[in-house]
Amino acid sequence: MTAVTGRDLATLAQKIGAEVVAAAADRVDRDARFPAEAFAALRAERFLAAMVPEEFGGGGHSLSEIATVCQTLGRYCASTGMIYAMHQIQVACLIRHSRTSPFFQRFLHRLAEQELLLGSATTELGIGGDVRTSLCAVERQGDRFRLTKQAPVISYGLESDAILVTARRASDAASSDQVIVLLNKDDYRLTQTSGWDALGMRGTCSLGFTLEAEASVDQIVPQPYGEISSHTMLPTSHLLWASLWLGIASDAVARGRAFVRAEARRKPGTVPPSATRLADVVADLHAMRATVHNGLAEYERVMHDGDELSSLGFALRMNNIKVLASRAVADIVTAALGVTGIAGYKADSKFSLGRHLRDAHGASLMIANDRILAANAAMLLVQKDD
Amino acid sequence: MNDAGQLADGIRTVLREHARLAIDPDGLDDQADLYQAGLTSHASVNLMLALEDRFEIEFPERMLRRGAFSSIAAIRSAIEELTGVDA
Ligand SMILES: Cc1cc2nc3c(=O)[nH]c(=O)nc-3n(C[C@H](O)[C@H](O)[C@H](O)COP(=O)(O)OP(=O)(O)OC[C@H]3O[C@@H](n4cnc5c(N)ncnc54)[C@H](O)[C@@H]3O)c2cc1C
Repeated sequence: MTAVTGRDLATLAQKIGAEVVAAAADRVDRDARFPAEAFAALRAERFLAAMVPEEFGGGGHSLSEIATVCQTLGRYCASTGMIYAMHQIQVACLIRHSRTSPFFQRFLHRLAEQELLLGSATTELGIGGDVRTSLCAVERQGDRFRLTKQAPVISYGLESDAILVTARRASDAASSDQVIVLLNKDDYRLTQTSGWDALGMRGTCSLGFTLEAEASVDQIVPQPYGEISSHTMLPTSHLLWASLWLGIASDAVARGRAFVRAEARRKPGTVPPSATRLADVVADLHAMRATVHNGLAEYERVMHDGDELSSLGFALRMNNIKVLASRAVADIVTAALGVTGIAGYKADSKFSLGRHLRDAHGASLMIANDRILAANAAMLLVQKDD
Repeated sequence: MNDAGQLADGIRTVLREHARLAIDPDGLDDQADLYQAGLTSHASVNLMLALEDRFEIEFPERMLRRGAFSSIAAIRSAIEELTGVDA
């Protein structure tokens, strides 16, 4: 494979976004179906293995480069951006925490070769978004294990080639003593327990399932989940989610801009009243962008510093990025609606913001902001400075 | 009993009262991983506060790490460093 630079990747994402993703976005939303054409195009250009290191046959791209792709895809279709982000979060966990294991080395090669799509089952019935607690457990029998999880949401569960699942280390392990296991499609059976006729993010197909699996103990990621979570899964999730939310917000503002330009052309020589509202929302967008980029830069700076990654200060700052970006996306889309007025409120107009608004409201629920702020509040009891 | 032993006992008392472990701290080896014994991130904050109170110390920012509270031995060496007691 020829090396693709970060800039090439961004250009290619822009092209796929404008040509393929945008064309399907409204139908994906209306029918709450998987954005199949987007993922066929992304696979054809090897986007699923873009972050897998080159030694395993992947593109070797950095997290910032992947974040740019999430933002670009998010502009055209938030569900496509979210699925891409969730897949890359799983990839990040594997490349950072499983590489010492021969099983996972082979899996990473296969992921790159076949452009496998990875799903995630962390949320569990009866626990909600408290991802550091599991009820279900890995039940070992010799070199095999069984696992049954009641998962209220596994986005694109039916379209995934493999799913990463959190569970207690063993039947007698404490609820916080978790591992993460990689299950290939033929290791598990999914029985649907709920549908996904949701307000927004409809194309993520986040159905509920009972997951029943049997697999080899080699498929348990060697490092404890607590460490994977604080060093990789939480920061990567917050940063990639925030990036695609930035994409939603950017496109909403772009529609506002287009509306104001059209107004200005109609009455040359005057500044339309909507331009002042636009100026306001552009300032908010720039602040959101700065928050996300600053977070990415911080994480990339300390990415290999285990001590810093497990500090309370780092956890607080990453949590804040999620809270701030999720609030900002809903506020910015709402403000953009104030710019476009009725033209954005209508579903059949080119300034329509209905899908953006509905998608944006998933952000604060996806690991509830209240939960994150409660965790921050506890950390602030012992944290000394910022 | 030596100082280190007394300190470990004091830490076990705090663990019993505040860490909400899945097992009794008396049955825990000094090196045992507290996170595997059921210490959650939330409970670890309560544990830090209770240790500060009992030993009249303040953990500085650089010690507020997962690793500093991962075992009785790790907690003991953090406290020894802050109180200037040699083990
Ligand atoms: C589009 C989308 C896709 C998703 N995809 C996946 C997926 O693929 N895999 C997966 O595993 N999960 C997925 N999730 C689930 C997600 O990660 C969260 O786990 C889930 O949104 C939380 O669900 P909840 O609101 O029912 O639960 P909870 O987290 O229990 O929150 C419910 C409410 O209770 C309150 N609350 C609960 N506990 C606390 C607390 N300790 N402190 C303060 N307030 C509290 C909060 O205010 C919250 O509003 C997805 C979610 C969305 C929106």
